Formats: sequence, structure tokens, C-alpha cells
Amino acid sequence: MLLSGNEAVARAAADAGALIGTGYPGTPSTETLEAFAAHEGVYAEWCTNEKVALEVALGASAAGKRALCTMKHVGVNVAADPLFTAAYTGVGGGLVMLVADDPGMHSSQNEQDSHYYAAAAHIPMLDPADSQEAYDLTRMAYDLSERFDVPVMVRSTVRISHTKTLVEPSDPAAPREEVSYETDPSTWVMMPAFAKGRRIEQLERIERMRAWANAEAPNEVIEGDPARGIICAGAAYQHVREALPDASILKLGMTHPLPDETVRAFAQSVDEVYVVEEASTYLIDAVRAVGVAVAEPPCALPAHGELSPNLICAAFGVDVPEGAQAASDIPPRPPALCPGCPHRLVFKELSRQKAIICGDIGCYTLGALPPLSAMDTCVDMGASVSMAHGFELALGRESTRPVVGIIGDSTFAHSGLSSLISTVYNAGAGTICILDNRTTAMTGRQGNPFNGVQIQGRDAHELDLERVVASIGVKCVRTIDPNDMEAVRAAIREAVKERDRLDVLIFKSPCVLLERRISEPYYIASCTGCGVCLTLGCPAIGKRADTGLSYIDTDMCIGCGQCEQYCRFNAIVR
Amino acid sequence: MKKILLCGVGGQGTILAANIVADAAVRSGQEVKVSEIHGMAQRGGAVSTMIAIGSDVASMVIGDGEADIAIAFEKIEALRALPSLRQGGTLVVNDELIKPASVLTGRASMPDDMDGTLASAGALIVPAEAAAREAGSPKAANVVLLGAASELFGFPEDAWAEAVRANVPPKTVDVNVRAFAAGQGFASEHIQEAQR
Repeated sequence: MLLSGNEAVARAAADAGALIGTGYPGTPSTETLEAFAAHEGVYAEWCTNEKVALEVALGASAAGKRALCTMKHVGVNVAADPLFTAAYTGVGGGLVMLVADDPGMHSSQNEQDSHYYAAAAHIPMLDPADSQEAYDLTRMAYDLSERFDVPVMVRSTVRISHTKTLVEPSDPAAPREEVSYETDPSTWVMMPAFAKGRRIEQLERIERMRAWANAEAPNEVIEGDPARGIICAGAAYQHVREALPDASILKLGMTHPLPDETVRAFAQSVDEVYVVEEASTYLIDAVRAVGVAVAEPPCALPAHGELSPNLICAAFGVDVPEGAQAASDIPPRPPALCPGCPHRLVFKELSRQKAIICGDIGCYTLGALPPLSAMDTCVDMGASVSMAHGFELALGRESTRPVVGIIGDSTFAHSGLSSLISTVYNAGAGTICILDNRTTAMTGRQGNPFNGVQIQGRDAHELDLERVVASIGVKCVRTIDPNDMEAVRAAIREAVKERDRLDVLIFKSPCVLLERRISEPYYIASCTGCGVCLTLGCPAIGKRADTGLSYIDTDMCIGCGQCEQYCRFNAIVR
Repeated sequence: MKKILLCGVGGQGTILAANIVADAAVRSGQEVKVSEIHGMAQRGGAVSTMIAIGSDVASMVIGDGEADIAIAFEKIEALRALPSLRQGGTLVVNDELIKPASVLTGRASMPDDMDGTLASAGALIVPAEAAAREAGSPKAANVVLLGAASELFGFPEDAWAEAVRANVPPKTVDVNVRAFAAGQGFASEHIQEAQR
């Protein structure tokens, strides 16, 4: 069967007898938990964030069940706290984390390499190079986790997670014997007295794993011309095999702990050792650290971004095919807020107020792009609220430009809430706009605590956003329909005027992709060419090159009526 | 090994088309890898899916000059795909223009002589939406394009037919079967014309 890497990990976890799956959505990891949740007899849940997800999975593991926990690379930053100490406690039932990195930053704010987490936490990392390996290595990860009493990280990248390749699943594992849970503070209560013992165990364990890795780990030598010996893993292995088909290759299925003897033996079998990896120096440093001299290819490999066979050919002086010259005048096509996105006007109105806008992670990051150009910062989940507080502290309340944080409902649940509690606690002021589109939109419309939708469709509690915000002590909290220009304008104007007050404005209207409600499209009857409608950045509105007048693409228009409210000449009609 | 690039604009159905190609490849007894980019790009941005087919497929990425076939669902995206096409490779282009926001709002202009550039690259321009509408739904334009390019893959006819049936929404099977045939018909007519 054809499975994406994510689907293969999910299938393997289910076949390995994992019963509990947790995660927080994040491209390119999201479909893993969704695919797991679709298997029979398993329980899955989206958690509020990755730290919570890992803790839930660790609890399930401590109680004896096999568990799966999924997240994208930046999610591991959030989950790092439990991760580093879970590496002390070890596991009950097997605990496997699927971590999906995004070299090339197709849909992320950075391209950090999760290998460093495995190394820093002293836990094993497996690196599949296609969906079959994603399946096989995830099955193996559960056995390793229990055998060595340690959480295991399966590291994917966008080209593994989102590439479909053929998979032949193995037979599902026989149902595991029920292990009854027994209290064991020396293993699970990580106060200093107990943690000191576990720290020693952690270091001894990684050496036991290294010995196992040298003897049995899924590492493979592909013998070729000994002139060039390439060490690589994951997607990079596929690129190397295509770019340098004659080379000798040591393909690592397990990249931490590094099998030192295997690496040294490979080095001795070839004339020169090279390391090929994506957007990182983890592997080259690790290979050098076990005493192997690593040669540099004639031209350096790129230090950042995704690799491709062509880039590897170029580095090693192999001819690459030439493509046609790209035309220099191709207009860019960046992503944009959807036609009819109910939250577009919030950006438009914030721009009018010349606000300093601290943005956040999600669809609304697209408000940064022209013509809305309504964002000053975007760093990490929840940062809008806390960075706005920092701006406000630094600029003072007399600053000419008001400070506004802008965050979505799911991101607010993830970590914006704890930022807001901190702002309230410290008597901060400013304006926070929560764009509640009733879903986690950018990653494909997952449930979250504020829409009360669960991944397996169970009845869930839907948190009342306005009451939650009010209950932490925000005195000025209002819910506004963001499709109503006058209401948005009035609410923002009033909030930013009050510089000594903290205002939270909840703009509540569902993502257009959630309900796909389409009403009669608008058209422009008698355009004067003033161009105001074009400043909304709606993909359905264009300007005629010959006349300079605006028009509406009626195939794209969903009839939201936002532009009609901005046209002072009543030219937009239906 | 054959490498195929499908490119277009988010929402045009490139992913469904890629699934049909992949399924047809499997049904033809070949190994296949299909690499997609999800997430932010899907919001009206340029999207591309890379497919590699053969007896032993390694990399799922297509670099410059590597694509044997490029199927562009939109003409500006066809221009963007040109550097990926290998010398002698085939470009199949939907006769559809979706102006990007930068052009719509006057911040960028349309490329000079787009049709001329595509013609000199030997592009087969397919009126896919019109053909799809005739087959029963404009949404089947993606399957018309596959039909037009299908000859180049060397898959048996059955493999395509089964793959189309298995991957499109059940209610749209007949429309898509007609759309695929319309694409095939257009391509063979065009090739005959060119040979004449």
C-alpha cells in the first residue's frame, strides 16, 4: 500500500499495540495522529500543547500502556521540559515520539534539527528514509523503548512525512500482557535524591544502547567505489544514492547514540569519509567526535535549506543537467488569507490605527504580507501576547503607536493563555485580539478546547473564550463579529485609545474552509478606481491593467460582503 | 526512472491528480514516490507535487533539468516550472490563468509574452476546464490534464482507468472517466496535427 511517512508511523504504532496517542498539530507532523486516531481500538487526543501531549503520553506509559506522541520540530521546544526528565524516569509501556523537522522551512519559523534534542536528552533517535522504514523503525522503536527503558524519538522530515511510498506492513504484535501498575518513587519521583540515581542510569543506558547500535542497529553499508564513503541518514540518503550511485554509503537508521565502531570500521573501508546532512552539522560533528577524519567535498554543501540530488552532485563536482533559464519577470505567488476570510478586516483596521502588531503562529501570520502588511513580529506560539507586553513596557504608555497582540483561538489555548495570565498579573496594558475562527485552521482544521471538537468525535467540553479571559481578571473583554467593519473599527479604536488598560477583543467567526458557506458573489458596477477595495488583499479582487479599475472574480468571491462595506461609492453590488 | 512535476495553485486538485498517477504506477507494477508540500503554501500559494516512478526510486525531489514531464495546472506556474524540465522533456499546460495577488493589486506585472515562452518550450496547451465542463464538471480539469499527459507515462490503459475510478469521489466517477478520455483525445488529435 502507498502510505505517507506520517501514515506509516501511525500504522506501525497501532500494529505495535500502542493504545494511546497524543499530540499537537503542526506541519509536517499533523497527519500522524489523525491517521493513528482512525485505527480501531486506540484512543487519541489533541492536547493543548506539546508539553501536555508528552506528559499525557508519559503518564500512560508509566501506567504500562504503549503510547505515541506526535509533534513538529518546534513543538519539541515546548515539550523539552518533560522530555529531558522522561529520559531519567524511563518508561513503563513503550513510549515513541514522532518528531517532524522542516528543513527548507516550507511551513515553519525555523529549521532546527531535532537530533540535538536526542543527543542532549540522551535518548535514541531513529531516522527513516522512506515510508517502509518509517513503519519498520517505529515498530522497532517500541521494542527498544521497553528493552532499554527509555523514550525513543523517530525523526522525520517534510520529505519523509509527506512522501507516499510503498509499504508492506508486518503482522500486528500479539496483545501485550497486562502489567499492573505499582508505585515506585525511586523511578518516577524525580526529586534530587532519586534523580541522582537515575542520572547515572541514564548515562550507563546510553552506552548499553551504543553497544547494541554497533551490533544490531538498523544501519547499513552499501558497498561501492571506496574512493568516496558517504555517511548519511533519512531523506539525505535518498538524495545521495541518486546523486552518487557509485559511492560507498553508510546509511544510519539510528543516528543517536552513534554506533562508533560501525562508523570507524566504515571509515577504514574507504579512502575518504564525507558526511551529507540537511541544514545541520549534528552528524558531521558526531562522526568527528568518534575520531574519524571527515573530508570536505570540492564545493561546500549548503549549510541551510533542503538538499536535493542536484545540490549533492554540484558539491561533489558531478555534472548536473541544465534546465531552462527561469524567466526573471514571473510574478511571485505567496499564500494569502482566503477569499472571505472573516478575520481580514481586523488587520485592515489595525493598520489604520498604525498599531505595532505582535503576531503569532497560524493563518493570521499571513496578515504580514502586503497589501495588509499588518505585523511587526512573529516568533513562536503564544509570543504575540507576551511580546506585546514587552513592547508596552519598553515604549511606555505615551508611545504614539498603540501596541496590539494578535493570536488565534488554538494558539491562545496552546500557550497564549499563560502569557495573558502573566500580563494580567503584572498589570500590563495594551490590546490583545483573539481571532477565534473556531478551529486550528492552518494545519487542516483540527479541534481545540475552544471549539470543543475532539479528534475521535467524542463529546467534548467547549470552553467559553470570553468567560475564560474574564475569569483571569481582564476587565475589558468583548466579542465582536469581525465581518462587520463598523463594529471592528469601533472596538479597535476604543481599545487602543485606552493606553492604561488591558483590552481583549475576541473576533469570533468560523474559518471559511470550515463551513464553506457561499452566498451570491458581488461585482463592481461603477468603479471610480479609488483602490480602497484592493487594500484588503482579497484574492478575488483585482485591478484591470488597462483602465486601473477594480473588478471581482465571481468564481472566487464567496459573497462575504467585506469589500462592499469599504466602497465609499457604493459601486460593489450583487 | 521518470520524474514528474505537477504544479499549480493551492486548491486546483494537484494532490488528487498525484494520487491517481501514483496509483496507476503501482497498478503498472512500478515503484513510486509522491512528495507533496502541505501547510502554509496551500492558502492560494504556488503548490507543487513531485512524483518519481521506476523500478528503483531513490530521491523524491526534482531539481533543475530533471523532470521528464511537467504538468502545469496554471500558465504562470508553467513558467515557474520550466527550469525543472529536462531537455527534451514534455510540458503539458492547462489553458488557465490565475493572476497572483501581486498582479491583481498592481504590485507586480504579468510576465512578457507568456504564451510565446510556453510555445517555444513546446508546451501542449490543453483547454482543460472547457473539456471538463463538457464532461460534466469544471472541477475535473485536473483529470483532463492527466488524460492529455497519460500517453507519456507508458502505463497500460487499464491501470489508468482503475486508478481514476479508485481515487476520485465515488459520485464523480463517470464525469472523471469522460474527462480523462477527453484529455487523451485532445492530446492524440494535437499530436496528429503536429505530425501532419
